[in-house]
Amino acid sequence: MRDAAPLDAPGTAAPHRGRAIGIETVGMTMRFGAFTALDDVSIEVKPGSFHALLGENGAGKSTLVKCIMGFYHASAGNLLVDGFDGDIGDPRDAHAKGLGMVYQHFTLVPALTAAENLVISRADVPAIVNWDRELADLTAFMEAMPFKVPLTEPVHRLAAGEKQKLEILKQLYLGRGFLILDEPTSVLTPDEADEVLGHVRKLCEAGDLSVLMITHKFREVTAFADEVSVLRRGKHVGSGRVADLSHADMAAMMMGDAKPAAPAPRAATEGATVLDLSGIRARDRSGLKEIAIDALSVRAGEIVGIAGISGNGQMELMEILTGQRPMTRGSMQVNGAPYRASRAQSRRLKVRYLPEEPLHNACAPRMSVAENIAFRSFEARGDDTRLWLANGEMRRRADHLVADYKVKTTSVDSPIAALSGGNVQRAVLARELDGEVDLLIISNPCFGLDFTAVAEIRARIMSARNTGTAVLLMSEDLDEILELSDRVCVMSEGALVYECSAAEADIATIGQHMGGHA
Amino acid sequence: MSVAGDLPKAGAPSRAWVIPLAARIEGLLLPVAALLAGFAAFALFLLLLGKSPVDFFALVYKAGFGTAFSWSNTLSRAAPLLLAALCVAVPARLGLVVIGGEGAIVLGGVMVGGLALPLSGWPPLIAMPLLACMAALAGAVWIGAVGALRQWRGVNETIASLLMAYIAIALMNHMVEGPLRDPASLNKPSTAPLAEALRVGDLPGWNVHWGLAVAVLACIFAWVLIDRTTIGFAARIAGGNIRAAQVQGLPVGKLVIGFTALGGAFAGLAGYFEVSAVHGSANASLASGYGYTGILIAFLARHNPLAIIPVALLLAGFEASSGLVQRRMDLPDATMTVLQGFVFVAILASETFTGRLNLAALLTKGEQR
Repeated sequence: MRDAAPLDAPGTAAPHRGRAIGIETVGMTMRFGAFTALDDVSIEVKPGSFHALLGENGAGKSTLVKCIMGFYHASAGNLLVDGFDGDIGDPRDAHAKGLGMVYQHFTLVPALTAAENLVISRADVPAIVNWDRELADLTAFMEAMPFKVPLTEPVHRLAAGEKQKLEILKQLYLGRGFLILDEPTSVLTPDEADEVLGHVRKLCEAGDLSVLMITHKFREVTAFADEVSVLRRGKHVGSGRVADLSHADMAAMMMGDAKPAAPAPRAATEGATVLDLSGIRARDRSGLKEIAIDALSVRAGEIVGIAGISGNGQMELMEILTGQRPMTRGSMQVNGAPYRASRAQSRRLKVRYLPEEPLHNACAPRMSVAENIAFRSFEARGDDTRLWLANGEMRRRADHLVADYKVKTTSVDSPIAALSGGNVQRAVLARELDGEVDLLIISNPCFGLDFTAVAEIRARIMSARNTGTAVLLMSEDLDEILELSDRVCVMSEGALVYECSAAEADIATIGQHMGGHA
Repeated sequence: MSVAGDLPKAGAPSRAWVIPLAARIEGLLLPVAALLAGFAAFALFLLLLGKSPVDFFALVYKAGFGTAFSWSNTLSRAAPLLLAALCVAVPARLGLVVIGGEGAIVLGGVMVGGLALPLSGWPPLIAMPLLACMAALAGAVWIGAVGALRQWRGVNETIASLLMAYIAIALMNHMVEGPLRDPASLNKPSTAPLAEALRVGDLPGWNVHWGLAVAVLACIFAWVLIDRTTIGFAARIAGGNIRAAQVQGLPVGKLVIGFTALGGAFAGLAGYFEVSAVHGSANASLASGYGYTGILIAFLARHNPLAIIPVALLLAGFEASSGLVQRRMDLPDATMTVLQGFVFVAILASETFTGRLNLAALLTKGEQR
């Protein structure tokens, strides 16, 4: 039985309620075997500051925050909480000291209401919950907050922005005074992102909270953070007040000597329609909603980008295009011929695919690099098919493509799962771009890759376009769409809701259509 | 380019050959360790019963592998075990865990028993291959149905195959005690005995029936199919990642049904040899657990059809010795099942070590210094 309001109860008690906590890492070093993921990193987050943590993938950002939260035990170095030795052995210690973390993906239970989610997140949920009392307490708590979320709605009915707000409210409810936000806006529209981060900033300014935000969006750093620290290859390479730094300065610190990617040159091309979709209807994943693509065409030598927030039907569209999702209506044509995505058809019509997360969607992780590179053509001998596997030829081809596409691997006999994300993507790209390609269908090609790999992969896509390949590019990264596309479409709620040429593309308008607000 | 610069250039060529070698050593080491761990746990079990593990393993050796007689006993048991193990190993390449080979064995046997009378006057050169094909077909349809259920209706193949094995055994009991019963079989209901001319004889110079040779050939055939043909490669892709196979437009449905049916055909063939070489007619002895021991063999062999051959011999030796060991040491009937259970749990647990041993690093340690 509980006598006190949840916030004052022992255990949940918010030791630092309403007061921002400052933290400092001192010489934090983390080694995994021979690999040093974090090398003598000292960063200070002052109480009440909104501190951005920038860095490429693999720079050590996640390792650093995992050390702070007690998921990892640093090999050397200390964590100071409010100037005293943190002594954090596991995440529970971190929570007890008022340190909290909001993850990139939601950790709420979709079927439960906001109130239920908040109550079950406590460390000491009583065996019998007095819901009337909890609801009253929560309402009072919500009143005191600068932003609100409906308490009695099931979480799955909330928009992404609301869910992210609820995640942050949950941390405040649990009495956290220091929050790590791990790319908190990757699932939000630009508008939602601005709203959520605006509220967080106000909490910092009021002295209720300190924040360390992992991000790769310079715009958000400039607009909301007051200080920034940059990691590169596990080392702390710079810190400063955001007001003193330009985007170019931050980029220079993140990338070091590596040259920033010059956008790949775009040749003038003109070509006939290659892919043509019309009047397509299909069920979505849940089976409750419909995917409706009325008209979409891509011509040779053109990149058509499909922007949208994840979960608005892009995955289903990819499945339709790869022949994995039955259409209830409509027609799909490639070069004027009906297309069902069979292996024979895609070979004859030269259609290639680059699904997102290639290791999970385009590779067999335990098979070797050579075998994975052979997936598209292992049984082809000219126009004929073969019965006996040509292992020698497979290896020679793999050796040749691995060299051509600069895939970094110990051997073509290594399992492909042993490669880094960028090298898996290079290997898959080598497989799919080898030979003549008429139509290339791509989904989130650069997700989770570092700058060098991103620049190289985008250049490959652009050069395929320049040589006359029709490219359909689905991406959640609006910058990528704008950099590569000749034409931009926006997908929302399973339909294409907006289209414009790249020249007339306007981020604000596109953002509104992405969020379904236009 | 900084990316290329990270590669230790000098070390790369000498390490390249290590990776496949390390994978091979690990593939051998893990099952052997699991087998030994299972034996060790079983030895503790024997000690608890107050029996000597040393006596036990010595007796197993004597009764399973010690004499010409025990070898012939072991080898005749190996034939159905090899085929039953293939029924697990072949679909396993597609990532399917089929554990109902027993059902296909039983139905293959019933098919032979049922055709014994109608084909009794036929010339052996026609009737024997026909009987073998029909038994294989019965098994193929049965396990192929498991694959079809999986592909078209999303039914879990492990549970479906197990439950269908029970149905197959019930079907056999019904046929053997009802429509197909030979009125002359009094104590043990059986089908009419197979004509002497249609019985499968022994390998020339051996005291072991032809089933062993066919089973070994079947293992080699399965290995060639999986390892050396493009069909097997397509199956390995589908088994490695079904989404990748679908995006590549590979005929996943055909592969699933084809490979489950092939596995079933092998098990059906085991039923054929059990009736035509061992029992002479179909009866309840068909359901003697070969299908289940086959699961253990396939897992110990890591679903490699060639590795199945030695593993099946080992397990056949244990089966062959079980009668003697139980009588001499006064152990319960279930002793061998307990041993198999220990080994099976150990092999499943050993799977979690796959890829974690880091043998490649061990092998190159000397060079780096």
